[in-house]
Amino acid sequence: MSATTFEAAELLARHAHTVRHVRRGWMITVGGLLAVLVYLTYAWTAFDISGLIANAEPERAVLLGTDAVAHKVHITKGLRRQGDFEVAIEGERTATYGQQPDRPYPAWVRADPEGRHVDIDLGGGYRATIDGDVTTLTVPDYGTIRVWIEGGEVLADLPEGPVPDWIRHARHPTSDLLIKFDARPTIGRRVQVTRSKIEVHRYFLGWENFFFPFRSPLHGMSPAALAALVTVEPRLDPALPNWQLILKTFWDNPEWQHGVIAVALFETILMAVLGTFTAALVGLPLAFLAARTFNKIGPIRFFLRRLFDFLRGIDMLIWSLIFIRAFGLGPLTGALAIAFTDTGTLGKLFSEALENIDRKQEEGVQSTGANFFQRTRFGVIPQILPVFVSQGLYYLESNTRSATVIGALGAGGIGLVLVETMRTSRDWENTLYIIILTVMVVMTMDALSSWLRRRLIQGASGAP
Amino acid sequence: MVDPHLHQTVVALERRRRLYSALTIVVVALILVSGYAQAESMNSGGFIQGLRKFFDYPQDIVAAAWDRGGEFFVIVWEFIPALIDTLNIAATATLLGGALAVVLAFLSTRNLDVWPPLIPVVRRSMDIMRTFPELILALFLIFVLGASSVPAMIAVAVHTVGALGKLFSEVNENVSRQPIEGLEAAGANWMQRMRFAVLPQVLPNYTSYFLLRFEINVRASAILGFVGAGGLGAELRRSIGWGSGHETAALLLLLFVSIMIIDQTSAYLRRALAGDGALPWQRLKGAAA
Repeated sequence: MSATTFEAAELLARHAHTVRHVRRGWMITVGGLLAVLVYLTYAWTAFDISGLIANAEPERAVLLGTDAVAHKVHITKGLRRQGDFEVAIEGERTATYGQQPDRPYPAWVRADPEGRHVDIDLGGGYRATIDGDVTTLTVPDYGTIRVWIEGGEVLADLPEGPVPDWIRHARHPTSDLLIKFDARPTIGRRVQVTRSKIEVHRYFLGWENFFFPFRSPLHGMSPAALAALVTVEPRLDPALPNWQLILKTFWDNPEWQHGVIAVALFETILMAVLGTFTAALVGLPLAFLAARTFNKIGPIRFFLRRLFDFLRGIDMLIWSLIFIRAFGLGPLTGALAIAFTDTGTLGKLFSEALENIDRKQEEGVQSTGANFFQRTRFGVIPQILPVFVSQGLYYLESNTRSATVIGALGAGGIGLVLVETMRTSRDWENTLYIIILTVMVVMTMDALSSWLRRRLIQGASGAP
Repeated sequence: MVDPHLHQTVVALERRRRLYSALTIVVVALILVSGYAQAESMNSGGFIQGLRKFFDYPQDIVAAAWDRGGEFFVIVWEFIPALIDTLNIAATATLLGGALAVVLAFLSTRNLDVWPPLIPVVRRSMDIMRTFPELILALFLIFVLGASSVPAMIAVAVHTVGALGKLFSEVNENVSRQPIEGLEAAGANWMQRMRFAVLPQVLPNYTSYFLLRFEINVRASAILGFVGAGGLGAELRRSIGWGSGHETAALLLLLFVSIMIIDQTSAYLRRALAGDGALPWQRLKGAAA
């Protein structure tokens, strides 16, 4: 019965079928892996990965990273008109220094209001000066660069030696004149000279004017000063109490647009919640009609099954496009697109769950003389409820992410705001701010839905 | 016969439960009613006018397609490369994401003899990959890598790692420990135990989730393409922007048909996987496992 000695060869010979079986399985595994490898090689060429790597601009990621956590002060001198000189945060007209008596030039900029002689301390030994249309930039360990304008060209005088790669001296594509000089010795210091203007940038870490706009009387106030303003100080604006003024100034901040972004986030959440709830509540009764166990009329079941497939097959992308045309921009559009797609998905899921329930409970309720509604209420609903709740909540989380994408297609909400700020790519700190808020909202929805799911499902199964 | 005190408690419990149910229904109804009212007021177009215009757009593009007659199918044929591009995005993302998900799922399951401190770290990182909005990742990568299909592929792949990793690790939690212990007694190392004791148990479920994810990823790739990264979505964006209805109709038809085919095929395969092994390739797969 049992072999006392272990003879591998004999054993294998006796079970030739098993050996063949195992070998065949092994070959299938290897073959499958090879097929995947071949496919990925094809994908490499189809996606043109080599070309992509060659053309990728990783420095854009660095730039984006720097710009997202820093702000810069522009010192701009226009050469077309006399006295066209400005020192401003991010070059914004609303955030210029030297225009109001309580907002003088920063200490590191020494200049007359006309900008005839400007002396800029860029920190760390870097220094830039502007005299008329002559710009100099002093770089430690390199020397002084002199840039001036002559005969319609931007000319530069560099120290001896090879030209470093942070200097770009560009010619006009057709006339071959030197028209632009750009020096960026470090990521936080930059000098640009064209034939019409001289611009010096200096970067500072942090988000500027995050709470209050530059011109507002609240700008730069400490939390303690704000607290005093709320509690004891007289009104700054006779029309509004101070706490309302503070909130209003923050909410309407033109650069950061806290108000606009909050409304957009609300719209996105609204889309997800309304869409999912509608889909779940419409999907459930339809699922009863589509389940073999509850509906004996075949054609209706068949029709509903195809309807679910159709709603899912059309896909959220196409539904969004149709609804955007019909209903315009806004949360209603997104909510309906989600509701239509997911009525198909959830209806299908629920009807499958209904076909798999245990009929004994329903029969037990029926034996007590219960009618159809009582049977359903006490024999079926308790079984389907966990599936209903958990799938509904799962889709709520997933739809919050979908709602950001639908928004970007044009339905509105945070997705659209994000795409627009990214397209203009003017201020990456605003983009980062929106990204952080969006990720926070999505993750909160995820945490909330899994918490609720745990609570409700455990409560349901733990109840007597 | 009935303990009156117990009876009272049960009645009180029942009453409270009913109250909770009623409250839930009221809250849901309130959210729906006030939500739709709010949504309608925030929408640029109203609900009633919209309802009347609902069929306008489908009608327009169908009419535009009809006008082309037989040429329409030539246009459909011309968009096949875009469809292949979208399918490539989805397939590559599912393969790469799925492969990484298998590894991470094994590293994040408690009963598979993994170094314990690793488990919460891997789980957290999968959560982050799953919840991070694909849109943001895709837009960022488009900015760095330029507009092509790859940003969408990476974005979908990252989400796939998180989503599949979570499902796979739930499957892993339910495996039987006995084969693992048997192999361990025979002196198998961790890799061998995973390969010969765990993988055969989990492979059918893995395949099922994998197919479902591919189906989801085809949709996601199409939608991300619209935001600016290749495939059907990018073509759709262009045709809508230029207002060429017949092209839009052709693209929507392609998308709908391919999603339907993939949907039905994957449902059939998944049913077969869960079934009794009636398919020929399934018997082979049983041998492979």
